Amino acid sequence: MAAKPKRAAAAKRKPQPQIDAATRLKLYRTMVECRQLEQRAHDLFMQNLIKGTSHLALGQEAVAAGFGVAMREDDYTFCTYRGHNHTYVRGVSMTAILGELMGNSAGLMRGKGGSMHLTSVEHGAMGSYAIIGAHLPIAAGAAWSAQYRGTEQVAVCFFGDGTTNIGAFHEAINFAVVWKLPVVFVCENNLYMEYTSIYDVTAVRNPAADRASAYGLEPILIDGNDVDVVYETAEAALERARSGGGPSLIEAVTYRHGGHSRADPGKYRPEDEVKEWLGRDPVPMYRERLLGLYIDAADLDRIDAETLAMIDEATETARNAPLPDVDIAWIDVWADGGAQWRN
Amino acid sequence: MAQLSYREAVTEALAQEMRRDENVVFIGEDVAAAGGVFKTTVGLLEEFGPDRVRDTPISEQAILGATMGAAMTGLKPVAEIMFSDFFAVCWDIVANQIAKTRYMTDGQAELPLVIRSGNGGGVRFGAQHSQSVENWAMAVPGLKVVAPAMPADVKGLLAASIRDPDPVLFFEQKALYAAKGEVPDGEHVEPLGTASVLRSGSDVTIVALALMVPRALKAAEELEAQHGISATVVDVRSLVPLDTQTILSEVAKTGRLVTVEENPRLCGWGAEISSIVAEELFWDLDGPIVRVTTPHIPLAAADSLEDAMLPSADKIVASVRELVD
Repeated sequence: MAAKPKRAAAAKRKPQPQIDAATRLKLYRTMVECRQLEQRAHDLFMQNLIKGTSHLALGQEAVAAGFGVAMREDDYTFCTYRGHNHTYVRGVSMTAILGELMGNSAGLMRGKGGSMHLTSVEHGAMGSYAIIGAHLPIAAGAAWSAQYRGTEQVAVCFFGDGTTNIGAFHEAINFAVVWKLPVVFVCENNLYMEYTSIYDVTAVRNPAADRASAYGLEPILIDGNDVDVVYETAEAALERARSGGGPSLIEAVTYRHGGHSRADPGKYRPEDEVKEWLGRDPVPMYRERLLGLYIDAADLDRIDAETLAMIDEATETARNAPLPDVDIAWIDVWADGGAQWRN
Repeated sequence: MAQLSYREAVTEALAQEMRRDENVVFIGEDVAAAGGVFKTTVGLLEEFGPDRVRDTPISEQAILGATMGAAMTGLKPVAEIMFSDFFAVCWDIVANQIAKTRYMTDGQAELPLVIRSGNGGGVRFGAQHSQSVENWAMAVPGLKVVAPAMPADVKGLLAASIRDPDPVLFFEQKALYAAKGEVPDGEHVEPLGTASVLRSGSDVTIVALALMVPRALKAAEELEAQHGISATVVDVRSLVPLDTQTILSEVAKTGRLVTVEENPRLCGWGAEISSIVAEELFWDLDGPIVRVTTPHIPLAAADSLEDAMLPSADKIVASVRELVD
């Protein structure tokens, strides 16, 4: 059975009073939107309206939401194939995301990328990467570019626990530290690489945090289901990067409610473990906290209802969009828009 | 016109483009302070400073990942992969990420970058430092592939590669670094995707790339002088995009095609050209298409063994004579 993750001191901290009510409502709304979007993606997949594959982050919303709210509009994000939420929190529409998952003309890339490659350059969502580890050095490159251009932009790179055992993770972090790049590496440790417990295949207890000192970085281990903690940690790391302090490596411990992908029921996980983590669901947990902070239940209910209306509308728009014109399969291999390799 | 070595032409092209555009930056292992293991980048650090010419750790995935990320966010980076054999440790970044990202993002992502790399044999470095891997690159949609033979083309095509908005793999043949040739003074840019006809003949068209070009020229001279065979020599220069018009028209004139490839035989670039010529020029051919290649084996280190495997002028002469006589 997989061991339970050790909780760092930060994870036990009480929410800080400096997060104002408006920000808290934004954090709540962002998490609810992510939750509804992923739940809808799940439902559409089960109805066979989403083909191919789909990797959901149900249960992991606090990480994307905490960072999304803390980031500057012109910052960059790089995420994985489990990246619907990370793309959404940058400002991409639900319709564009669902359309891409359904492979039609409403899609963010009109079906040319698919669920695993959501990208919106205009929103700074610089790609969802489906080969483990690849985007860590790419994020470092965006940070290098920001450093060179003197723009004080930060690149935030989300990845899973499994990534900490691949070479690119180590190459990228060493490189980013040596060049003092404005990049924040965020490991979402959801306890399983795919179907195997990360603790069974990793030499250290905390797959990212315990590696930090090897690169001269502070180990940062946080409760990835506590959106206030994520938000505060994000703010500190973004500020450090923006002010020339170099990279951070954050391990946010969380849990995916479902399986790895598609219809995987996740039966390899012990029942009591699943039960425990469902009891720590970041969305209702945060709702309870906000109610305890005298935020009106009606305000939260309104957010829930508005989100449901928004996702319903996005679903309808995306479902009814025509298939992409097959001609688009022939374009944009090259910058001239074409695919010619000979004259 | 100045006489420059192939390696000096690399430096000249980089300096020319870095002077022209401050978004051009250059990174790699031992490229800055040391000037490159092949001394192709001597003086760049001094001229352009440590923000634009940077040494990296031995981390090829980090080098090319960073290059890609920088290209996506406004820079025009040039990276060096010291030996092209090392592409094997960072091929994910090249083949899965750099090559496909513009397409997968429906044209959103910009990837104006160049990866320079020392390619090929002839320097006795053994099987893991001598490969010709241009055919690996050519097999992946989304990569431009350039491999010059002449110093003038090194300068002109490297400059064009840096200006090109697409990712370019720029293969420099290690055994040619000391070779000298005339290089135009001042700004020099040659268009990508153009083959160069170096010699016109009437009996056979020899199509070659990189180190095989001087060998093909030597063979052509010998064929003419000793065997009365008149050969055209075409330097392909760019595999993607491929100048099939020039190749097809030059083969049509002679009715015979011999490709000379340094890459190992299976799926070498000459196979693609042979296929195009067979499909589109079949009725103009006066004989079978012949491919002279390195055999499908790893390269040995010893000079005598390496020489026995790589296509030589003598082998080209023998193959052409067999075809024409």
